[in-house]
Amino acid sequence: MNADPLLTLMIVIPLLGMAVVLSLPSRAHDAIRWTATAFSVPPLLLAVRLLHSFRPDGGFQFVQQVKWIREFNIEYFVGVDGISITMIVLTALLCFICMIASFGIDKGVKGYYALFLLLETGMLGVFCALDFFLFFVFWELMLLPMYFLIGIWGGPRREYAAIKFFLYTLLGSVLMLVTILYLYFASDPHSFDMTRLSQTAHVPMNVQLVLWTALFIGFAIKIPAFPFHTWLPDAHVEAPTAISVILAGVLLKMGTYGILRVNYGILPAATLAPAWHGKSLAFWLLAALGTFNIVYGAVCAMAQADMKKLVAYSSISHMGYVMLGMAAFTPQGINGAVLQMFNHGTVTAMLFLLVGVIYDRAHHREIAGFGGLASIMPVYTGVTGLAFFAAMGLPGLSAFISEALVLLGAWQAYPALTVVGASAVVLTAGYLLWTLQRMFLGKPNEKYLTLPEINFRELCTLVPLGAIVVFLGVYPTPILNLQSPALLRLNDQVVQAAAQAAGTERVADAR
Amino acid sequence: MGTTESLAYFLPELALSVAILAVISVDLALTGRADRRASEWPGIVALAGAGVALVLTLGLRPLVLGLLDDPMQAWLFNRMIVLDAFSVFFKVLLGLALLAVVWMSMSSREIRGQPNEGEYYALLLSSGLAMLLMASAGTLLMAYLSLEFVSLTSYVLTGFLRHNRRSGEAALKYLIYGGVASGAMIFGMSWVFGLTGAMDYAGIARGVAALDPGSRGALFLALVLVLAGFGYKIASVPFHMWAPDVYTGAPIPVTAFLAVGSKAAGFAMLLRFFHFGVGHDGVTAAAAAMPLPQLASVLCVATMTLGNLAALSQTNMKRLLAYSSIAHAGYALLGFVVFADRGVEALLFYLAVYYVMNLGAFWVVMLIANATGREDLEGYRGLAWRGGAAPALALGVFLFSLAGLPPLAGFIGKFNIFAAGVQAKLYALVVIGLVNSVISLYYYARVVKTMFLDLPAADDPAMRFTPSELGAVGVLSLATFVLGVNFNWLLRWVEVAGNVFRG
Repeated sequence: MNADPLLTLMIVIPLLGMAVVLSLPSRAHDAIRWTATAFSVPPLLLAVRLLHSFRPDGGFQFVQQVKWIREFNIEYFVGVDGISITMIVLTALLCFICMIASFGIDKGVKGYYALFLLLETGMLGVFCALDFFLFFVFWELMLLPMYFLIGIWGGPRREYAAIKFFLYTLLGSVLMLVTILYLYFASDPHSFDMTRLSQTAHVPMNVQLVLWTALFIGFAIKIPAFPFHTWLPDAHVEAPTAISVILAGVLLKMGTYGILRVNYGILPAATLAPAWHGKSLAFWLLAALGTFNIVYGAVCAMAQADMKKLVAYSSISHMGYVMLGMAAFTPQGINGAVLQMFNHGTVTAMLFLLVGVIYDRAHHREIAGFGGLASIMPVYTGVTGLAFFAAMGLPGLSAFISEALVLLGAWQAYPALTVVGASAVVLTAGYLLWTLQRMFLGKPNEKYLTLPEINFRELCTLVPLGAIVVFLGVYPTPILNLQSPALLRLNDQVVQAAAQAAGTERVADAR
Repeated sequence: MGTTESLAYFLPELALSVAILAVISVDLALTGRADRRASEWPGIVALAGAGVALVLTLGLRPLVLGLLDDPMQAWLFNRMIVLDAFSVFFKVLLGLALLAVVWMSMSSREIRGQPNEGEYYALLLSSGLAMLLMASAGTLLMAYLSLEFVSLTSYVLTGFLRHNRRSGEAALKYLIYGGVASGAMIFGMSWVFGLTGAMDYAGIARGVAALDPGSRGALFLALVLVLAGFGYKIASVPFHMWAPDVYTGAPIPVTAFLAVGSKAAGFAMLLRFFHFGVGHDGVTAAAAAMPLPQLASVLCVATMTLGNLAALSQTNMKRLLAYSSIAHAGYALLGFVVFADRGVEALLFYLAVYYVMNLGAFWVVMLIANATGREDLEGYRGLAWRGGAAPALALGVFLFSLAGLPPLAGFIGKFNIFAAGVQAKLYALVVIGLVNSVISLYYYARVVKTMFLDLPAADDPAMRFTPSELGAVGVLSLATFVLGVNFNWLLRWVEVAGNVFRG
């Protein structure tokens, strides 16, 4: 194992940036903006280096392991594998883009950027942490900045949205905390090591199922899976543009990442415990909720008059594919799920940024209030078209690949649910095309004839994402190569561990 | 140990006694002097006294750690007072609390410049002295006397603002509740004495072990009565009713002292009595046969739930913190329910952490009251945007720490408590406790919301705070961070202190 401090640097640099930003005079708005943006560059560069020197062999790399609290055997333990690498890259990229996208903030600039940098540390930490205690600390560390970022810089109902987000997430994390503690005391020797807990913790099956459910609820709130999704429309709509991007682009992924890393990785036996038609309860639950999310999110999106709300509900729908793919537990399905996590991150980021662009000009987001924007803002219309088509899953754009993989994988496991999930693509196309038509085509609204075209800074935030969407739509192999060995390994581990657990139980029964 | 030999191990208390006399003398000597500087002297003397006592307590630590091989030597004044790592832990904690509260009083507008300021400091130090005795009481007699000593001084301190009706009302309520609770307690103690024939805790333990099974019911009743007295001191449900009114009416430094010092001393006494007195963790068959853990679990759940639910709707900061402190007594009681394993350690750790964050919160409340004269939540509106960014930030840190969010100290405190609970397989209690923390976040966040998210109204006064005012708050918020990340050393401290009970 190498002791390359790359991940630690990634986690620490934004924190340093926060300290520097805090020491700047609060009136020097431009200095603060540029400093914060500058501090989000090194993590991105490090992420590029990570991509470059990562060997896709399924194991953890760039591992650093230091004793932190001896009494509890808590470690500072970070590392990256094929599951987390795309998420780390996505986080670093979106943070940098969102720093630029936040230049329009002019109230409490210092506080905003300081909190944003703290948030970046928390997010990167969650994806890097391999010690459960550390994971939890980072997980909670994200809550506070998010609460303030929504609550201070958000829209009219920001306070309600902020506290709702806060309470929902905290409820999820206390369930996680109980599980962490249980696993800690069940493991021998007591440890929080996420990579070994599945072997060291000896937990009876019925307890495992309880723990699995507790963890699942915690993560499902984050995804958000129905029925824990109600915080999302509020939080995403009220948050300022850049924060909506982070919420949808990164934070939602933590739910599905957590299920893969923790539910699958630490409690494999419960994940695979057979229940009905040869599938485990866990998979049925994931598949059913996933499919429901797909349809429900799409139907809700269709009913929205507010463009940002529409995008928010479309996130619920798209995250459903991730759950469906994970539930399939076939190589295609799970690969598609993890790829969809990345793709949804880029696509939804574009959508929220685009909503922000129009909101900054027209100061409202009512779809019905626009019309014929294509003739007023042609470039904006072009970029929006690209993002909408990507969200729709048009072939040649990134989301197509991942959704197709998910459906392909799910077909083998849940044919009926897959049919439902696949048909929902029509709904998605429906609400997106309808929106395109209402906003961009038809007679221009007299009020908005003078709306300025999308500017250079805004394009800077959108073009890289668009390029990724197109590139991965045509050539997804590099990213699949990165992640699939790790996913295969996870697959093997889960199956093996579950078989082992079943074996020991049979032995116990025989006695 | 005899009386004369004991004196060498009694230096912190002696120092405090000297300081009390010095404060009274200085106050007398300065009476009638009109200049402002003269009125500062009682405070300075009190601060020095508290500081010396703390230093002397720290000096006792190595001595005690040496004594531990032979626990009998740790009995002072003919077995009246126990000196061991456990009492030293509390003495340090209480010494710190006393020091901080004296410092706090010196900068409080409610206290500063009052005509009877000297009396105030003398009473405050007496209360501190009595708490030190509470932490190390080794017999029923000493326990009762020291507890009454604390109560009596607290009544007067609560009613210190003579021209403030709320202050007077609070003192009266405190007195009446206190009278009932201590009456119940001494009644229970007399039963304990009658049943076991001993006053000192070790003797009681022997008596309990030899008790015939038919008298167990009587003993249980006696213990419940004793618990009433302790429950009153730690503000546990159902003996908590005094707390909201007293916390609201008393001057803020006194409130802080009650919330931090009095509660810690109460817990010290509770732990020691129920361990040495009745062998809670299964030392004796008689104790094991009694439903004490069940009773404690009920108190624990009721205390945290009621405290948190009642706090939700509070609009006065002191009242909100009063209910919050009731809730925190509930979390700490979880450590008492566990008791064996790591329960005591977790409880001690929690009290130390609680000291830092709660004192910090009260300190900020005092700063705001100094600046605006207001204690209601409305007075905090937009605090961060009208010159109060630093105290608002600090209060935010303390409140989120109280809510138990990492990486702050409060999280580690709760983590320890809940870890002990999980280890003892008290899952239901742990889940209830965690759900309670979620509830508590709501009202803590509401305060933060008022300070940061609400914008100040046009007529809200702008404020300025000097670095010297903010010094203590800064130290405490720094400590909240440090204890959240680097708490190895405190874990070791509480382990040494908790070892006393392993025997």
